[in-house]
Amino acid sequence: MNADIRPIRTPAEQAILASLGTVPEGGDRLADLRRAAARAFEENGLPHRRVEEWKYTDLRSLMREAVPVAGAAAVAEADARARLLRGVEARRIVVANGAVVPELSDLADLESGLTVTTLSAAIAAGDEVLSRLGGIQPGRYDAALALNTALAKDGVVVTVAPGATIERPLHVAHVFAGAHAAASYARSLVVVGEGAAFTYAESFEGPDGLAYQANAATEFVVGDEAHLDVVRLQEDGTGAFHLATMLFAVGRESKVHTFSFSLGAGVARTSLYATLSGENSHVGFNGASLLKNRQHADTTLYVDHQVPGCESRELFKHVLDDSSRGVFQGKIVVRQAAQKTDGRMMSRALVLGDDAEMDNKPELEIFADDVQCGHGATCGAIDDELLFYLRARGIPMKEAQSLLVQAFVGEAVETVEHDGLREALVERAEAWLASRA
Amino acid sequence: MPAVQETVDQVRSLDVDQYKYGFFTEIESEKAPRGLTEDTVRFISAKKNEPEWLLEWRLDAFRRWQTMREPDWARVSYPPIDYQDLYYYSAPKAKEALSIDDIDPEILATYEKLGIPLRERDALLGIESGATKVAVDAVFDSVSVATTFKEELARAGVIFMPISEAVREHPELVKKYLGSVVPVTDNYFATLNSAVFSDGSFVYVPKGVRCPMELSTYFRINERNTGQFERTLIIADEGAYVSYLEGCTAPMRDENQLHAAVVELVALDDAEIKYSTVQNWYPGDKDGKGGIFNFVTKRGDCRGDRSKISWTQVETGSAITWKYPSCILRGDNSQGEFYSIAISNGRQQVDSGTKMIHLGKNTSSRIISKGIAAGYSDNTYRGLVTAHRKATGARNFTNCDSLLIGDKCGAHTVPYIESKNSSAQFEHEATTSKISDDQLFYCRQRGLDPEEATALIVNGFVKDVLQQLPMEFAVEAQKLIAVSLEGSVG
Repeated sequence: MNADIRPIRTPAEQAILASLGTVPEGGDRLADLRRAAARAFEENGLPHRRVEEWKYTDLRSLMREAVPVAGAAAVAEADARARLLRGVEARRIVVANGAVVPELSDLADLESGLTVTTLSAAIAAGDEVLSRLGGIQPGRYDAALALNTALAKDGVVVTVAPGATIERPLHVAHVFAGAHAAASYARSLVVVGEGAAFTYAESFEGPDGLAYQANAATEFVVGDEAHLDVVRLQEDGTGAFHLATMLFAVGRESKVHTFSFSLGAGVARTSLYATLSGENSHVGFNGASLLKNRQHADTTLYVDHQVPGCESRELFKHVLDDSSRGVFQGKIVVRQAAQKTDGRMMSRALVLGDDAEMDNKPELEIFADDVQCGHGATCGAIDDELLFYLRARGIPMKEAQSLLVQAFVGEAVETVEHDGLREALVERAEAWLASRA
Repeated sequence: MPAVQETVDQVRSLDVDQYKYGFFTEIESEKAPRGLTEDTVRFISAKKNEPEWLLEWRLDAFRRWQTMREPDWARVSYPPIDYQDLYYYSAPKAKEALSIDDIDPEILATYEKLGIPLRERDALLGIESGATKVAVDAVFDSVSVATTFKEELARAGVIFMPISEAVREHPELVKKYLGSVVPVTDNYFATLNSAVFSDGSFVYVPKGVRCPMELSTYFRINERNTGQFERTLIIADEGAYVSYLEGCTAPMRDENQLHAAVVELVALDDAEIKYSTVQNWYPGDKDGKGGIFNFVTKRGDCRGDRSKISWTQVETGSAITWKYPSCILRGDNSQGEFYSIAISNGRQQVDSGTKMIHLGKNTSSRIISKGIAAGYSDNTYRGLVTAHRKATGARNFTNCDSLLIGDKCGAHTVPYIESKNSSAQFEHEATTSKISDDQLFYCRQRGLDPEEATALIVNGFVKDVLQQLPMEFAVEAQKLIAVSLEGSVG
């Protein structure tokens, strides 16, 4: 009953603490951030089920193995592994084991208004843009983000100049390469200037059956009247830990839309923090998880309405086969000043497997009286009547199920604006359905 | 959308400075020594002439309580409670009351002032004027002062008496069921209650009996510096039905008073229990001074197949409410219901909701919760719906709406929905617009605007539940419910 006593450090925690010893020293702001994050981890360790935000994803018991920080990947292997979204017409950057691979990245002939560099290069050059890094804080201890802040050495730093419209999406392909389990940390920063428009895609993949850890965090600073689309496709290997953090600071009258597609990893946790600090902006955070076997995917959302007149929409879908487990935790906070807020959050789960589990926790925290907020959560098996309708028309069981699942997921995928990316995601969903025995 | 004027006025009239039951009855009382030790537990047990097993049970609870920590996960904040600065037992000093005429006239006057008839002939007068017949167990601080209609109920085989009396007269029943729904160490406040509980009601409805009248308990905290720790145990045997009501008030005081009750319901095969509460404890003054700390554990166990437990609560009182009436749906085809209206004003803090735990096959539950926050108050709905692996065909529908009046208050929703069975079907919604489209369409077709139509449908539904309450509760409750739904924020 006594929560004051700290449990013994697990082997995974010990390994992480050992790697924290290598956190770079120095007097600059970034080093301070890193040290603060390392200290926070030392104090709090890996979260467990008594920590409310990790109630359904007990990282302490799930993350058993101690793995070292990943070394550099072989270029050929990284190239061979980066398969996702290849068919999409986009500028491609490959990040292997947490480091940008220049040989595989297309950094030449950048459109006017677009600046792309690597985090390590920006640090070496003392780039001004780094003053934005770590500028968005979740306001509470987040183990995945703390580790990322402390340990990430590389990633992508993108700046879109005010007023620039970049048609071609930028695709950052994260891969894990190597034969031994290791932990990779990548930190990216995307700054979209006033009135600019930009599409950012990221994908994650790696070998199946290997208990590697992919920890990626990306900060998005969105200027006034800007338009940002983010698409993420997570197909990490079946044994992998995928820990992702997305942080958004959204300016006035801007539009931000994200779609997060989760198909891979043994255990995946995606945290999304958004601070709406400019009036009349519109955000849409959507996603879908298709899970099978013993996969576990957790999406945790925190949308903070600080100013009046913003609109937020969240739609998340889970399809759970076999004995997989889906988790959705969403919280909309409406501050006292944020009158005329319009927030809607919906989480739907389709349970296919007899032993599958869905945990929903859609939360509202409202301090303003003139607002419209709502949330909904449903969970259940495929509607028998719909199945009957299709089967009565001669469609076999499996196919009928596939059609209905496709329609179910389609509602969320359709929100992706970019045609090429949307089609690529639909294809991935179809491949997932086809792989169902 | 902001709240309409009518709603605002209605809630204002319930504001904390309008508390009508804040008077204090000057009466000599006998108390346990201040503080809480094993001796206090022994004192209470001895006062009630309890058998040895119950004393042991209490002492065990007390020892466990000492190793526990006060929970802090609820969205409420209050200064630390000094558990050693309270009286755990307080009873009006009086000679043994054998009949209603022996009861201290001061106490009778108190209940009269509260509108609770303790004389059966008064209650019967009420029937002529249209009210339904209600049997009352009146609990004054730590003791039950009167229980009406005992004989009539006994003729039907229904046992309705203070729990302290039941311990002596029906030890086999008490021993069998006490602590079987809320275990001794369930939570901090339930464990404290197990150690020091004083009085409360005991109800047993035998097989196949439909309880001939409504049963009710009226709880009154009167004495200064005391806590009230009542314990209620209701058992509906196979095929039985009982409707039970609970009301509570307390004097206005600058100090906070603790109320930590435990209510256990057991429904066997085909039994049904309806439990209704109008909670009107003193909420503190407009600056948040005083008021009752209400930490209550209420749980119903649908132990038998096809059993049903229904909780209805109208919450307007208490400085702090920490209360989650729950249903354990253990029997196949059992049903659980939770209807709640929670109104907070002034500096009140409400953290309330329910738990529906689906264990049996084809179990169903429904949750309807309306929270209205005004002034500087915080109103949180916290609920859990869970289906275990074997709960095939579990069904839940949850709807929780909240409304804010003014921009200094907060309304929060924290639902947990956990499904471990693929055939379980759970729906949770927190919008008013999602009431059955068919019904809306029907009303609109007849010329009602959407707002009117929505209000009509929801009010019609809620009133249905309220009709189960006797007059004095229903009038009060209906006033609270007449609040319009406009401007709900989910």
